[in-house]
Amino acid sequence: MYVAVKGGEAAISNAHQLLADRRRGDRSVPAMTIEQIVEQLGLAVDRVMSEGSLYDKELAALAFKQARGDMIEAIFLLRAYRTTLPRFGYSNPIDTGNMLIERRISATYKDLPGGQLLGPTFDYTHRLLDPELMGDGAVDEPQSREAETGHTPRVSEILDQEGLIEGDGELPDDHRTGDLTREPMEFPMTRDVRLQALSRGDEGFLLALGYSTQRGYARSHPFAGEIRIGEVEVEIDVPELGFAVILGRIRVTECQMINQFQGSAKQPPQFTRGYGLVFGQSERKAMAMSLVDRTLRATELGEDLTAPAQDEEFVISHSDNVQATGFVEHLKLPHYVDFQAELDLVRRMRGEFEARQNATGQQGDNLEAAE
Amino acid sequence: MTARAAHASAFQGGFADPVLNAQAVFRQVMNALARPGTRTAFEGLTKPPESLFASVGSIAATLFDHDTKIWLDPLLSQNEAVTGWLTFNTSAPLTPQMLDADFAVIADSAALPSLESFAQGTQEYPDRSTTLIIQIGALEGGPELRLTGPGIKDAASIAPAGLPDHFIEQWAGNRTRFPRGVDVILAAPEGIVGLPRTVKIETGS
Amino acid sequence: MKEATDQLRNQEPSDPDQAARQQAMAVLARASGDELSEAWDAWPDRPEVSPVRGPETGLVMVRGRIGGGGAPFNFGEATVTRATVKLSTGRIGHAYALGADKDKVRHAAIFDALWQDEATRPTVEERLVAPVRRRLGDDDARRRDESAATRVDFFTMVRGED
Repeated sequence: MYVAVKGGEAAISNAHQLLADRRRGDRSVPAMTIEQIVEQLGLAVDRVMSEGSLYDKELAALAFKQARGDMIEAIFLLRAYRTTLPRFGYSNPIDTGNMLIERRISATYKDLPGGQLLGPTFDYTHRLLDPELMGDGAVDEPQSREAETGHTPRVSEILDQEGLIEGDGELPDDHRTGDLTREPMEFPMTRDVRLQALSRGDEGFLLALGYSTQRGYARSHPFAGEIRIGEVEVEIDVPELGFAVILGRIRVTECQMINQFQGSAKQPPQFTRGYGLVFGQSERKAMAMSLVDRTLRATELGEDLTAPAQDEEFVISHSDNVQATGFVEHLKLPHYVDFQAELDLVRRMRGEFEARQNATGQQGDNLEAAE
Repeated sequence: MTARAAHASAFQGGFADPVLNAQAVFRQVMNALARPGTRTAFEGLTKPPESLFASVGSIAATLFDHDTKIWLDPLLSQNEAVTGWLTFNTSAPLTPQMLDADFAVIADSAALPSLESFAQGTQEYPDRSTTLIIQIGALEGGPELRLTGPGIKDAASIAPAGLPDHFIEQWAGNRTRFPRGVDVILAAPEGIVGLPRTVKIETGS
Repeated sequence: MKEATDQLRNQEPSDPDQAARQQAMAVLARASGDELSEAWDAWPDRPEVSPVRGPETGLVMVRGRIGGGGAPFNFGEATVTRATVKLSTGRIGHAYALGADKDKVRHAAIFDALWQDEATRPTVEERLVAPVRRRLGDDDARRRDESAATRVDFFTMVRGED
């Protein structure tokens, strides 16, 4: 039951003013600029864009600053902002095969066309805190070496030549690409909508689920076939012009996970695939996403459903951290009337319980007396 | 939709002030549908190509967008000035399928297709139906129609000129499908009348 | 919508002017706000510019493909700003670019209009499109070379041969 009450306007207003003060912190410390956040906290910006499902570095950095570094709050701000904007259209699908590659590794092939490019990775660092960064010491310019020219094929294309791996993932010709920002979710869902949900899903949730599949909750034997990070062009057909225009470039991380598959009555044994694609540089999330994409294909591939990571409705319904935080955090809002009702109910039940106890107690006494 | 670049005229005649103009038109359309039978006057906020009334151009610029599919009757869909103008000013995709249309614009009211041939919505989502915008010669001077139903105190009367004879019968059929069914906006150069699916129409006074 | 998209896709790039305009628009979309505003400030005999639509910021839903090359899926949105302007010469220019920089996109639309005019096209190419294209190309080359420096050169420690 909801009863409207008023009050607390001054408290709320003062709380917001206090929040603004605490966000700014000590005024003798210079304020962070959006440029500083974009340049120096780029992976935080990437995460806000990925889970906010909106590619805009400046706005993501602004959200991050406004949210005092609270990721989910920043993601919430970005999601709220996007609802104020009109939709101009759908892009033509990006071509990750034609990427300005910044990092590209494969755990399945040592030597492959285009090579293994480590890029700006935390891998092989010693995870020792660097006291140099307490200050603003000079940083060396990166090394440079003449790059190879030519196409860098996806690893899946290489395996595909032998027919040992399934294709990229087609849907029927008459399938209309689903859009969960436009239509209510329905289960079971097609893989396109599932990937949209996973791509905007909470990194921590997907990471935990991906981890669970590796630990045996849904048998999974994955290899990171390829991870590539870099920039791709975004292009949109403009009806009034009658041709497509390139809007610019975005940075994405793509993961192709390769899984064993025993085969079924219909299909020969072959490798199957899980796919991950996220905004920005975030291979942890792209890898987790590709693990979960693969386990969610259990029904399609005729596998036994034994683990949470295979349960589409469970995974997709709980992967969105804005939804999740809304429902969890609403519990702190006033529930005075509900609670009063519950109090009355517990008091009444308690009274009935005590009356029953007394009655049986007296009965017992009587019985004892009778014996 | 053609892949041809639109003629330069397509880029003219949109709202001068998109936000305020769209808000004003939205309110007028809402009032027209909330008070069926009331004639709502329209300022010429848009200047669409000739075959489209300014009132319809304004409604299109307000309600059509990238997410709404538009069906145009043959008179309009074969008119490149119209399709180009709508594409640039609304971004709405055109569809040849009446059953897919969120909105339909009919310029040749005498050749109005059967109302049943448009999207009717579902029992669960009756809103997933087509809203028809029918251009007629005038809101006055035609045979008198008596309207009753929600949003009308007692009864209202309109006399639109240019509706085909079978419209009344079609409308009775539309009402039998409630909550499914289409809604209609009758548009004349001088203004509009809303006919939501809840309204009952009888001939004569 | 899909049919229309396919139609666009299947269209032959028959018009060389159109292909050149697309390339110029792609460069304008990636130019910085400063590059565009400086070029406009320095433009001789600037025509009057009137807005036709925008500049306005909205969203484009970016699509990916399952597995990289399979069926499309909706990946996530990006902010996009677009503008249509009309010059006093009568030319209409359009621009679309990622981000929310309205001034930049308005300038890009002006240069699209100037580019379409054969009288001013060489100047647009020479003063703006070519230098920006060169800068973008240099940036790409530098970044490719920096990535190439992180390429792993494997060497064999022990051979499993007799």
